[in-house]
Amino acid sequence: MSAAVALGALDRTRRERRMRAASTTGILTAVGIALAITALAVGSVAIAPADVIAALAGTADGGAQFIVRELRLPRLTLALVVGAALGMAGALLQSVVRNPLASPDIVGVTGGASAAAVLAIGAGATGLAVSGSALVGAAVAIVLVLAASGRQLGGTRIVVVGIAVAFLAQGVLGYALTRARLEQADSAYFWLVGSVGSPSTPETLVLGMLVAVVAIGTVLGRGALAAQLLGDETATAVGSRPRRTRILAVTASTVLAAASVAVAGPLAFVAFVAGPIARRLRGGGPAVLTAALVGAVLVLASDLVAQNLIPGSLQPPAGLVTGAVGAPLLVWLLIRAARQEGRA
Amino acid sequence: MTATAPAPVTLSPDAPGAAAPALRAENLTLGYTKDRPVVHGVDVAVRPGALTVLVGANASGKSTLLRGLARLLPAHEGHVTLDGDPIERIPARQLARTIGVLPQNPIAPEGITAGELVARGRYPHQPVFRGRSSDDDAVVAASLAATDAASLAERRMDELSGGQRQRVWIAMALAQQPRILLLDEPTSALDVAHQVEVLDVLRAEVDRGTTVVVVLHDLTLAARYADELVVLCDGRIVAQGTAGEVLTEATVRDAFGIDARILTDPDTGRPVVLPRALVSPVASPVASTVPNPAKTPVVFQATV
Repeated sequence: MSAAVALGALDRTRRERRMRAASTTGILTAVGIALAITALAVGSVAIAPADVIAALAGTADGGAQFIVRELRLPRLTLALVVGAALGMAGALLQSVVRNPLASPDIVGVTGGASAAAVLAIGAGATGLAVSGSALVGAAVAIVLVLAASGRQLGGTRIVVVGIAVAFLAQGVLGYALTRARLEQADSAYFWLVGSVGSPSTPETLVLGMLVAVVAIGTVLGRGALAAQLLGDETATAVGSRPRRTRILAVTASTVLAAASVAVAGPLAFVAFVAGPIARRLRGGGPAVLTAALVGAVLVLASDLVAQNLIPGSLQPPAGLVTGAVGAPLLVWLLIRAARQEGRA
Repeated sequence: MTATAPAPVTLSPDAPGAAAPALRAENLTLGYTKDRPVVHGVDVAVRPGALTVLVGANASGKSTLLRGLARLLPAHEGHVTLDGDPIERIPARQLARTIGVLPQNPIAPEGITAGELVARGRYPHQPVFRGRSSDDDAVVAASLAATDAASLAERRMDELSGGQRQRVWIAMALAQQPRILLLDEPTSALDVAHQVEVLDVLRAEVDRGTTVVVVLHDLTLAARYADELVVLCDGRIVAQGTAGEVLTEATVRDAFGIDARILTDPDTGRPVVLPRALVSPVASPVASTVPNPAKTPVVFQATV
């Protein structure tokens, strides 16, 4: 009757996983809603939560309605969408190369996108041309990193190569910024660290659609993504095609990262930390959609902190906060990786 | 190891007597870099419905040949065919429903339970838009039972011992319901009791009609379990046949570089290899240092 024993066990494991997925999603959503209401309520003019709801419903007085719907809501929406995009971009890349250190911000993809975007601005480009350049820059960076890392995508080599690419991108970015005659210091900040302070509805919409498309792809490809975590050989053995999965996922990740950079700048470490947090919350797996929620919450929280909790007259961009939170985690993961390599 | 499977589920879908699929390599040359092939022009037909053991010294190409048969490594020259069709032309999922493979150092994703891992073996049976069915659970449970791992289903892979883990991995391959099972050194790093345990599982699969090919190091265990023994040396097949035919003092000297006495197991009549001394100078190809990615442990696999 051992098969019956196993059947019961399979059922229990599945129920536990579902419970965990539901509670994780519920908690992240609740935190996100609480943060969103706070983001709409606080600022240079404080608005009571009840009035925030009324403004969203369209029944508040003119002033509150304008502040909530025209000033704060676009910024909030952009923060959520950029966070989701970066979270998915990171979790996808980390899953398909099976390396928690391989995220678009660590390996120079967002840096490449930033540098190319500023170069394009310097050359007089606007709008879509800037986004297109960001995509090209991101693609060049990821191709360089993957080519130079060869078959050793699982180790720290990809990070070392990635850091070199990121520095290269930083150099190009620095040069481009001196040439680009950006009107305000704010713009330079935007491309150096990232900010959700200048939302534009069409851009947010496009990024939102990209997030939706990749989310659907992630659901359809969940079997292949799960197989990917077994390693290329075992994934092949069970009938998956790891190379194809990797190409698709890396492409999706790069497009999402480049598009986020085009609308919000690099926002360091969001892509990097969202995946590990999501996998910890879910107890393993690719956890791409959970990472989207985590990313959204992270960017929202960082922007809230940057706008309201850091003293000084100039509001720092959200990217400063994400960087300050993410850097220690990178150090910790690198130490852990070094210990594991030492043991192996 | 008497497993009771739920009634409608069979792990080997063939009715008894149905023609077992024919896996063969023709003039197969492969390796890890184009200029240094590890296996040279090998012709081999896997005996259907039998347990075939590949043996050979380190770097003799036995794992490489198995990886070629398992389409984990593309051929430089020649090809591997399944019922006459080149395997690279067979769709990946379809092939995975016929051939199950256990690579040498499989990676268990962090946090996964044994049951969830075995369920990964159902991937080739799950179309994109359908996902899991109740059949899948029944097959997973039967596979766990067949490898005596049912009680481990809820345990996390990183909590299991080496022998337990290996049985779970074999269960994953069985969950594909393959008619051919290829295993690369499934007993390395196991103590003798666990080696016997794993080989008993494979023997039971062969008795159920599955064709099994396995790479082993221990010649005496190989002789004990093999219906067919294939000896490799320097990337070529130097002997093939039953253990009694193949394991001669001359073959062992040529292929492994040792002088050995070949005794006969009084119970089974099978040969027992008793190593005496190295043939000097070392005639074995151990000096060859072709890097073998299959043997490079993956150093950093943690997710956080």
